Amino acid sequence: MLEVQDLSVRYGENQVVCGASFTVQSGEWLMITGPNGAGKSSMLSALMQGVPYTGGIRFEGENLQSMKPRRRALCMGLLAQRYASGYAFTVEEIVRLGRYAYHDALSGFDAADENAVAQALHETGTYELRSHPVSRISGGELQRAFLAQLFAQNPKLLLLDEPSSHLDLAYQKQILTLISGWLRQGGRAVISVMHDLAVARRFGTRVMLLHRGHIEADGAPEQALSPSLLSRVYGMDVEAWMQGLYGVWSD
Amino acid sequence: MKKEGFQPLAYIGFAAATLLTLTLCVCAGSVALPPLETLGVIGKAILGIAQEGARSAIILSVRLPRVLCVALSGAALALCGGVMQGLLRNPLADGSTLGVSAGASLGAVAAIAFGASVPFLRLAGTMAMAMLSATLSLGIILALSYRLDRSFSSHTIILIGIIYSMFVSGILSLLIAFSGEKLRTITYWTMGSLQGSTYLNAAALLAALLVFGGVMLFHARELNAFAVGEANARSVGVNVKRVRLLMLICASALIGVCVSIGGTIAFVGLVTPHILRLLTGPNHKKLLPATVFGGAIFLMLADLLARVIVSPLELPIGVVTSLIGAAVFTVILLRGRKGDAHA
Repeated sequence: MLEVQDLSVRYGENQVVCGASFTVQSGEWLMITGPNGAGKSSMLSALMQGVPYTGGIRFEGENLQSMKPRRRALCMGLLAQRYASGYAFTVEEIVRLGRYAYHDALSGFDAADENAVAQALHETGTYELRSHPVSRISGGELQRAFLAQLFAQNPKLLLLDEPSSHLDLAYQKQILTLISGWLRQGGRAVISVMHDLAVARRFGTRVMLLHRGHIEADGAPEQALSPSLLSRVYGMDVEAWMQGLYGVWSD
Repeated sequence: MKKEGFQPLAYIGFAAATLLTLTLCVCAGSVALPPLETLGVIGKAILGIAQEGARSAIILSVRLPRVLCVALSGAALALCGGVMQGLLRNPLADGSTLGVSAGASLGAVAAIAFGASVPFLRLAGTMAMAMLSATLSLGIILALSYRLDRSFSSHTIILIGIIYSMFVSGILSLLIAFSGEKLRTITYWTMGSLQGSTYLNAAALLAALLVFGGVMLFHARELNAFAVGEANARSVGVNVKRVRLLMLICASALIGVCVSIGGTIAFVGLVTPHILRLLTGPNHKKLLPATVFGGAIFLMLADLLARVIVSPLELPIGVVTSLIGAAVFTVILLRGRKGDAHA
């Protein structure tokens, strides 16, 4: 589905992603993890064409750089870590934006759009909130509203930038379960930046470990998150730390 | 689910309020004129029936062209403010914070100070210089923003705009200081005034509003996406760089035309979208059409105050909009802090 070749991102003198190459196949949930400053979010921004980069990114054989934005939106969409619009759009208005790519400048909303929006609102449990301004709902509800926008947009590849990092456990579970369900529908893939190694291991079908802009490991979660690799990348005994954190719950 | 956008009933309501305000502003002044007689004179003029007398001369030669120019300037400035606030996701953005108004003023003041003119077209030199300078200023602001931040982030553009405005106001002061016998004209002009406006001015404003304003109104969906966030706009498929550039160019050109005719009229672009956002919500499909009507009404009432408050003398309209705007804006901000405001 996605083919990335020798991807590099540079901010001035600082190279944050250094020649990364990888592919993503349909059905995969690729978790990109690593310490702060490893280049995870920059890699995601480059995939979304949000920052200048060198190298090649192809979606189903088509160069993303030369792809029209509307066409790109049918291929991939982004769920950001946090949204803070200063304006009080309603949940429904946010979700309707997901259908932007389905229209040219002159065509309006049709029945298919209305159905897609209603279905996305129902799937994410935000239908009852549809008239609420986004400034007056909780962080978890807001994240579900933007997930509903992505469901209405219905791209083949979801890019998630730490989608659950600031949510409580109940909302984390809701969001991750919704994404798992979406992925199971076939012909789709997910790439997420994820700091939480436990979540990366539990939900990812594949994990990419980044360190100082380089791919340190890319493979099955248990291999890419091996204690020796993690200790080297994070500069600490990650296994002992994780057992200390989570071991108490198994007693 | 309910329909998006401005509904026909809302159009009718806003249009009726605008026409009512226009009639009031033509009737009121140092010589009060009955509304029915005023409408009769305007109606006959539209039908091409010749009229004589002082009253019809006041209506057709003095008040109507002025009120039309005021209404069109208000509509244009408010629309530009609404577009910039959505585009840059910043409720404090408008022509003045972006540096475009300052740029347009610089061009117009330079034209007045150095006597730039186009044969047979009064004001054409000032208008051309204001539009040129506004667009050039935008170019400078965008080039500097790009040099600082390749992603053209809204915050960088606003920051550079404010710095540029300060720089331009220094140059303006310098020009005014050395303007000699044109000092009074330039000083009065910088305070904003639509006194002595003509139908030709109104036609220029209408043409600019139809062309540039039409393009901006046509991009309401894209502006909604920008108002949610640039990353979100990119994700849903908006051509972020192209739309941003197009909106900024249209707003700059429209502000340039307004400034060349009426001088610097502050706060219309900042306050009107704020007030109307409380009524329509932030959706640009409703907000922008409402802003066009609301801006016209706001500026017509401000101009009426400028004409009657110290009659027979007249205040510059920019002074009135600044005084009203600052007060209204303070109330909105205080309400916003209490969590009552939409924006």
